[in-house]
Amino acid sequence: MPRSQSSSTSRRKARTGGSSRKLVAVPSAAEQRAAGRKPREDGGVGQEATKQEPAEQEAAEREPTTQPGTAAAPTSTELDDSRLSDVDEWGRSEHLRELLGRIYNPVYDHWFRVEWEGFDKIPAEGGALIVANHAGAIPVDAPSIMHGIERDLGRPVYGLADEIFKRVPVVNVGWSRLGGVQAHPDNAYRLLREQQQLVMVFPEGTKGTGKTYSERYQLRRFGRGGFVQIAMRSGVPIIPMSVIGNEETMPIVFKLPTLARALRVPYFPVTANMLALGPLGLLFPFPAKLRIRVLDPVRFDVPPDRPRYSRSRVMDASEQIRQTIQDSIYDMLRKRRGVWSG
Amino acid sequence: MGRRVLVTGLGTFWGGRVAQALEADPSVDVIVGLDTREPTVELDRTEYVRTDEGYSILSRIVRATQVDTILHTFLVVDSSRASKRPVHETNVIGTMNLFAAASQPESRVTDVVLKSSTLVYGSTYHDPVWFAEDTPRSSSARHRVERSLIEVEAYVRDYAIDNPQVAVTTLRFSNVLGSEIVTPITRALALPLVPAVFGFDPRVQFVHEDDVVRAIMFVLDRRLGGVFNVAGDGLLPWSEVAAICGKHLAPLPPFGRRLYAGPLARLGVDLPPELIELLTYGRGVDNRRLKRAGFDYLTTSAGAVRAFAEAARLRGALGRAERVPYQYERDVEDFFRHSPAVVRD
Repeated sequence: MPRSQSSSTSRRKARTGGSSRKLVAVPSAAEQRAAGRKPREDGGVGQEATKQEPAEQEAAEREPTTQPGTAAAPTSTELDDSRLSDVDEWGRSEHLRELLGRIYNPVYDHWFRVEWEGFDKIPAEGGALIVANHAGAIPVDAPSIMHGIERDLGRPVYGLADEIFKRVPVVNVGWSRLGGVQAHPDNAYRLLREQQQLVMVFPEGTKGTGKTYSERYQLRRFGRGGFVQIAMRSGVPIIPMSVIGNEETMPIVFKLPTLARALRVPYFPVTANMLALGPLGLLFPFPAKLRIRVLDPVRFDVPPDRPRYSRSRVMDASEQIRQTIQDSIYDMLRKRRGVWSG
Repeated sequence: MGRRVLVTGLGTFWGGRVAQALEADPSVDVIVGLDTREPTVELDRTEYVRTDEGYSILSRIVRATQVDTILHTFLVVDSSRASKRPVHETNVIGTMNLFAAASQPESRVTDVVLKSSTLVYGSTYHDPVWFAEDTPRSSSARHRVERSLIEVEAYVRDYAIDNPQVAVTTLRFSNVLGSEIVTPITRALALPLVPAVFGFDPRVQFVHEDDVVRAIMFVLDRRLGGVFNVAGDGLLPWSEVAAICGKHLAPLPPFGRRLYAGPLARLGVDLPPELIELLTYGRGVDNRRLKRAGFDYLTTSAGAVRAFAEAARLRGALGRAERVPYQYERDVEDFFRHSPAVVRD
């Protein structure tokens, strides 16, 4: 049974102990660059002072031309790997993210007025798998969670998504530059176990975003427990989060399955936004207030790196996490005064 | 007792260079090279034997020379060089004959090194970002070159299982860039506008041509067995590769390859289907297994691209013709080697 561990407000050591050292030992300089960022002294919600030393080390390694003289640097970092852009192996560009972050900031602060609860439960170092409910025809919870964590905690977040993104021309470039990674278990394992990054996944998938307004906030089945297996195999905790307000940003009134099949998309929604604004409605979410609550991290007392884990355990854990998130959603909904005002 | 090495594909880019590296190694006594064409690099003590594409004479050669090491460098990995039949002939039948020769009872072969390619992993949207040596393909092979390479590797695997006393090493090289090699990718990067697939900017990986030869020599030296990926660190988006070479991208439509491939080929722009796939989805291979065995790379992927760009810039700046390729002069070399009139120390 997964053991829920309440986190203290003091910073926890990463599960693998000295994860910043592990990041230094990773061979590729580009990988190192993606691993860390200088934390922003933004005064974000619940942020406490993070240790400057490993962050500075990582920030120094980000500079392509300086060769870090750290004790743990392997020979390969002495190779000259000067690059023109900062696109890492996952396709992510910190530069582009920062740029878009500046554009998204007013949307985040004033349109959705995102508020976090329990932000300090997100670890400042070490890998973790973030799991949340997913909603809205074009979901805004994913970019908001990523933006919030990157801005206020200073850590990059990689979003695992269906492989359909990788196939679509044009969109796939933007999606991967902003931190989207295809949801292949090898990718997740490498990100979590070897690079100790924060990875975000929505186990409901398109079933979640395809919910019509009448089914709002009823969480669908969390897949086949794949996310639990990934977390077990990588030896990282799962951080469940519950989000409210995402259903109301782009509520689906009804769907057109024939059109969806013709366009080969999972669903074709007709949203209230589209009814109000015409086809532009797909780009224009309503200003519902987003509240995100971070629940206690779930750690599994199983050894990592096993080829398989007990299926019943995985399904149990998956269902339990789903239930935790569902309960938290109901609790937040009870306390919510209004959709737009929160 | 020095090593006796047989190199296939002596007339190719790699065969010649590997033979040169072997000549510089004092522990190698005898070097015999096979190919259908003459070598294009200067060789000192390598014997060249002209064979047909299927290497049918191989058994007799292996028996007669009693080689203990076979370096199979002649696998076609570029389908633009040879059309379908010869590719199959060269790759699969040639390898079959090679291993048949090596398995005969009189053979003393103890090491086999196969120069393979990361093409065996394929390039689709189902792929993970990094392929390790044991990561399975995510789709079946769709190109003849890939299929023949997979068949070749299967032969090698079978041979290794049947002959546990032989150290069989398969090296999967990713796309090679360097100052001298010419491949469809280098030709694409030499065009005024570099082709790219519209709407896709994949991450690709390269290895420097010097690292290729060094990796082969490393593996020969240590007698490592097994499969290794050989590629530089780091992945680069294709747009950055073109930018390092100082070029802009010309987008190709993401479908209808058959429509534009023919006309473009007539204009001299050569885009084999596996290159188009690579430029759509990219490919990354994990190179740490060879590193853990002790190999140090000279350059990263970005370094290989820069070396290529600098060499191209130099060629463009100097403007004169390529230096004259070495003309193999068989009679003269025979004279130097075998004539009693030559004074030897």
